[in-house]
Amino acid sequence: MTDRQVQSTNDQRPITLVSVNHLTHQFPARRSLFGTPHTAAPAVNDVTFDIARGETLALVGESGSGKTTTGRAILRLIEPTSGRVTFDSTDVLALDREPLRKLRRRMQIVFQDPHTSLDPRMRIGRTVREGIEAHQLAEGAEADARVARALEEVGLHAGDATKLPHEFSGGQRQRIAIARALAVEPEFVVLDEAVSALDVLVQAQVLALLMQLQRDRGLTYLFIAHNLAVVEQIATRVAVMYFGRIVELADAATLYASPQHDYTRALLSAVPVPDPRVKKKRIVWDGK
Amino acid sequence: MTAATPAPLLQVRDLSVTYAGDAGTARAVDGISFDMHAGETVALVGESGCGKTSVAFALMRVMAAGARLGGSSRITFDGTDLLALDERAMRDIRGRKIAMIFQEPAAALNPVMKVGAQVAEVALLHGEKSKRIAWDRAVAMLDRTGIDDAPRRAHQYPHELSGGMRQRVLIAMALMMRPALVIADEPTSALDVTVQAQILDLLRDLQQETGMAVLLITHDFGVVAELCSRAIVMRGGKILEDAPVDQIFHAPKDPYTAELLRAVPRLTADR
Repeated sequence: MTDRQVQSTNDQRPITLVSVNHLTHQFPARRSLFGTPHTAAPAVNDVTFDIARGETLALVGESGSGKTTTGRAILRLIEPTSGRVTFDSTDVLALDREPLRKLRRRMQIVFQDPHTSLDPRMRIGRTVREGIEAHQLAEGAEADARVARALEEVGLHAGDATKLPHEFSGGQRQRIAIARALAVEPEFVVLDEAVSALDVLVQAQVLALLMQLQRDRGLTYLFIAHNLAVVEQIATRVAVMYFGRIVELADAATLYASPQHDYTRALLSAVPVPDPRVKKKRIVWDGK
Repeated sequence: MTAATPAPLLQVRDLSVTYAGDAGTARAVDGISFDMHAGETVALVGESGCGKTSVAFALMRVMAAGARLGGSSRITFDGTDLLALDERAMRDIRGRKIAMIFQEPAAALNPVMKVGAQVAEVALLHGEKSKRIAWDRAVAMLDRTGIDDAPRRAHQYPHELSGGMRQRVLIAMALMMRPALVIADEPTSALDVTVQAQILDLLRDLQQETGMAVLLITHDFGVVAELCSRAIVMRGGKILEDAPVDQIFHAPKDPYTAELLRAVPRLTADR
């Protein structure tokens, strides 16, 4: 349980690092053959939550729930239709290009697929180094040292810097993606299905690594995932999304012990039990 | 209802599959042997690259480019030596006696053909002469797999259906000829968890109703526990353990199986 405690901050910074208010994102309405617009289903509809420093807020839901869109809108990888996002009291959606670029050093993202998120022709040392140089954190030998440190911190070797992505396994590539994100010393990381594509043994190792890094650096995570059993291991609080809306947000322990919303109950009852002796009663939710 | 049968439905002996690549030859399946009886539900379980999908493809005799079966490999199905059949005879077995359900229903279906016609085509390929009767049987099969309003849905195209419904169409295609063996390769891995639960329930119902044998290829021990009575654990192209699920989950003999099971994330409430 100690992993889940929000780190106490004895400095004067506000507890809330990320604040999302009434975030809404509608994909542009498509028109039919005769020019009449289809009503676009909002991908994200009036979503509001805060993330405290040092905690892991999990955003869970099924495909089309809007969890990924929410994560990307916070980083302004997509421009939301309306709403407000603040990061350490800065209004993210109002920022011009240059201040946004500066802020991006403090907010990073790790994607699901380690096979497509790395440039196959770029040596991984350069991949990790790019961010360090773009944000002018270091150059020359000092940048090399930072790259080596970042690789070692995720369990790889400094000498791996000269290798190409195909020389690594799926789990190692995900470690490289984490090293790239952490090399610029962010405070906040969006983990978008970051362990979903990994085999269970590797998945357990990468989850443990993410929790270790969080403890060491006081990182704040937005952990986007569909696997509720994985989420339970890492989350401080959990927000359940369904069709663009948050239907339930609670402390992880509370949500897993006594889910309030029927959809949360249906989701939990659908998780298969890896034990042939246990037959779970399924709860079906009709979506009303 | 499983009648005790003297001879196994499927006998696999010393099966090896190698792939020729740029970096030489890789052995994906390394001399494995196992039996399956009629009506049995068996899981072939392991992590990516363990060789489980290569086994499935070998059983269907659909081999990727560069893939080769080892010289002493034998597959006997219902008394027939599958590896001795010519392609025409094998085509008759495929779909009629052994059918396969794939992971990605979107990729396995023809995007420009009505789903009813794709299910009906299975019957037409295997001797049904009347298109009308094949269509009616297809609609009945779609209805049986839990597709609401099947007579209307049969006229739709794959993109008009949800992922879960497309998987039901693939199951209808696989079961159309009442095969004795269905090979399901990660049939729920691409689906949302609530849809996965529905599809697993459907497969269990259909298995009990038809008495077909199911070989489930998966990496997910949760799915194994839901559906199978026996599990074969693979690693590096070899079988580590082949036992009833209760033994695999509660008294695994192989340390790797135990390690895998410990790593499977599970809800605290389910422990």
